[in-house]
Amino acid sequence: MRQTDVVIIGGGPAGLAAAVRLWEKGVRDILILEREHFLGGILRQCIHDGFGLTRFGETLSGPEYAGRFIDQVLEMGIPYLTDITVIDISADRKVTASSRDGILEIQAKAVALTMGCRERTRGAIGIPGQRPAGIYTAGVAQSYINLQNKMVGREAVILGSGDIGMIMARRMTLEGAHVQAVFEVQPYASGLPRNIEQCLNDYGIPLYLSHTVTDIKGAERLEAVVVSQVDECMQPVLGTEREYCCDTLILSVGLIPENELSLAAGVELDSRSKGAVVDENHQTSVSGIFAAGNVLQVHDLVDFVSMEAESLADSVVRYLEEGRLATCMLAVKTDANVTHAIPQKISGGEDFKLSLRVRRPVKNAFIRLSQNGNIILEKKMPKAIPAEMIQIPVKARKLNKESDLEVSVVW
Amino acid sequence: MAGFDVVIIGAGVVGSAVARELSRYQVRVAVLEKELDVACGNSGRNTGMLHAGFTYKPGTLKAECAVEGNQEFDQVAGELQVPFRRTGKVVVGFNDHDRENLLKYKAVGEQNGVRGMRMIDKEELNRLDSSAGGEFAMYVPDSGILDPMQYTIALAENACQNGVEFYFNSRVVAVERLEEGYLVKTEKGEFPARWVINCAGMYAPEISEMLGYPNYPTKGFKGEYFVLDKKAGKHLGIPVYPAPNDKGGFSTHATPTIDGNVLVGPDSYVTEGREDYAATKEHLDGLIADGKKMFKHMKREYFIRNFAGIRWKRYNPQTGEILDFLLEADENRPNTVNLVGIESPGITCALPLARRVVKIVAEREQLEPNPDFNPCRKGIRKYIEMGTEEKKAAIAENPDYGEVVCRCENVSRAEILQAIHNPLGVHTVTGIKNRTRATMGRCQGGYCETRITKMIEEELGIPPEEVRYSKENGYMFTGKVREDV
Repeated sequence: MRQTDVVIIGGGPAGLAAAVRLWEKGVRDILILEREHFLGGILRQCIHDGFGLTRFGETLSGPEYAGRFIDQVLEMGIPYLTDITVIDISADRKVTASSRDGILEIQAKAVALTMGCRERTRGAIGIPGQRPAGIYTAGVAQSYINLQNKMVGREAVILGSGDIGMIMARRMTLEGAHVQAVFEVQPYASGLPRNIEQCLNDYGIPLYLSHTVTDIKGAERLEAVVVSQVDECMQPVLGTEREYCCDTLILSVGLIPENELSLAAGVELDSRSKGAVVDENHQTSVSGIFAAGNVLQVHDLVDFVSMEAESLADSVVRYLEEGRLATCMLAVKTDANVTHAIPQKISGGEDFKLSLRVRRPVKNAFIRLSQNGNIILEKKMPKAIPAEMIQIPVKARKLNKESDLEVSVVW
Repeated sequence: MAGFDVVIIGAGVVGSAVARELSRYQVRVAVLEKELDVACGNSGRNTGMLHAGFTYKPGTLKAECAVEGNQEFDQVAGELQVPFRRTGKVVVGFNDHDRENLLKYKAVGEQNGVRGMRMIDKEELNRLDSSAGGEFAMYVPDSGILDPMQYTIALAENACQNGVEFYFNSRVVAVERLEEGYLVKTEKGEFPARWVINCAGMYAPEISEMLGYPNYPTKGFKGEYFVLDKKAGKHLGIPVYPAPNDKGGFSTHATPTIDGNVLVGPDSYVTEGREDYAATKEHLDGLIADGKKMFKHMKREYFIRNFAGIRWKRYNPQTGEILDFLLEADENRPNTVNLVGIESPGITCALPLARRVVKIVAEREQLEPNPDFNPCRKGIRKYIEMGTEEKKAAIAENPDYGEVVCRCENVSRAEILQAIHNPLGVHTVTGIKNRTRATMGRCQGGYCETRITKMIEEELGIPPEEVRYSKENGYMFTGKVREDV
């Protein structure tokens, strides 16, 4: 069986950034496994710009952003395979992958989980109605239009105000389709404010909050959707139904970290983030298996994906040098106003970066970190929205090594 | 077009079974189907249960065929390579009334010839399946689970390989009686036939009338389902049904599928719409509440899809009583066989019914055995079911097996290609799905659908706008975004 120091599962923004950082730190025995024919992951189909402001200080398209890392991978000569799908990872870090060349089995010292996320579907949210053709998740529509040159429809309605949905509203408009409206079940948008501005407002596409699709009509191709207003409990309000004739429904109703392989390896998942439970080193509950990027938590900016993966790489370097990393004993606990926080485990003895999202929009609030009732840090948030991940660097010198860390939102 | 010996109307499980059984003889058979594939109606919209036959009134065709179909199914599944497992079933009760009904149907089952049924206590129930709700149960060892779409496809493919011709997108609009035989008219062409067999499922009453039989009163009992993730499937090894009501009907149950998912449903309510397959919020919400009673792991996070099916039953309009399957052949309409009101347990009964149809034909004329008949049909070999060494060998022989197209169900390019080039010539996206399970996983095609549509275009040499999701007007694409430069 092939032996490799670090196997990276997925050659998207997280995997590429991890590989480059590992190489820079002197690790040479790396292997990136990518199921697509090209490196770059989902960025390949994100032909709009807006990537890279934080990481590179300039705005790039998705393929350009990925290209920055791919160029480095090629220049450095970092080993990678494409057209190969990982089908299993064991708890002792044996990776099994399938390709036209056969089954590749690799014993890795460390595994980096960088598989990204998938889209939530119609079935997962249980939209009633018929099931005609013409219903696409935003990412699938984006793939058809941007990678395969195939137009999915002419008269569209979009459910969900996720970023990809709004970007597809603009994209379809630019390609001559008519986008009637975007409907969001929550009382606030789930995507970034800049996308509401640049993808909807600039094109006169209305966004209706607290609305959802309650029926789908059409036996063969989509003919209409029925949209209803919802109350505070997200239940449709009778009598508010309005029918929109359309041939296309685009769903942008959430992303889910893709952790089937992590589960195969016995990695513990967090029911809130849907990603692995990790410590401040990005190490999962299984020693030597690390996770970063959208497989760990869904990010709103790819720049943060890359940076999280670079931080993962730093820990993997230490893991390779030291043979193991100490178990982190302190839990990171969150209150009801926080959707999730990463990492979930800390040692209290190291600097780390805390990522979190608030459950609902808040103004003039504080993110408070405390241990055993003592406030360690308070970050003032004039405005915090669920769409924007909040990152807070925490210094070890402020922490004790005895008490769990409590994260709360106060105002 | 030269005449057919037999025209079968409808390519559901019954029509496909009749076709397969007739292909044992030297007869030219055509199957006419209004949709683009087999099993597009209720043959594919059910629980996938091989029923044992303990709720049907003794002496009825339902009871007789269910027991016969159940007990022979190991052999059938082997011949046709249909995914099937004899799981047994627990019918659970919570109170004395439930117990009474269970004992009543246990007696009915025994009278029908169902084997091995016995009452079990909570302790044994929990041992059988710790996810099952209920205080006690009747255990029915002969019940089983199968993939109803794969079964119908297998019957049709076996019929096809033995010489039966399938015509899709061919809705029958009229049947004209000729001096000798009949002329079956579809929207696309005319089919002269000596025999006509009505296997039209929900539309059987209309065809019945076209053949000169009564337009029997029928009505639909619709039921909705949730499909749960295989993660939930790990918790359920045996179908869990509630005690039947006084009329022998079951409310919402939890059934493992042969592929490892869980089905929760169906409920039951009357519908007028012949193809009213729309799921409704009211009933989906009801399934959540009722499903939890049967299956302790019923959770929203496991939902991957929902669907509806309709049991289209024959009934007595005076009394409202639900009637038995009807299988008749009237001398005044020579050379016709009329099947009406074939609903649940139609999957279990399909082959027994088909043999009864063939018997009627054989009583009227001499049927010569088809010397080339082969009862065995090869299914598509599944990558996901292979062990590592088998995978290595399969890829060495055919590299397409190494290319994983559907990530959730681990379906390889080799399987998709075999499905695209299926013997029946079906080319819809759902046709590929039902033959391979690609797009049936938790991401619902988020990863593989874009690959599958591209493969359909490449393999068939068709432009994007000709790709169909499942129906004739169910186009996937309006064309190219830009013309190629």
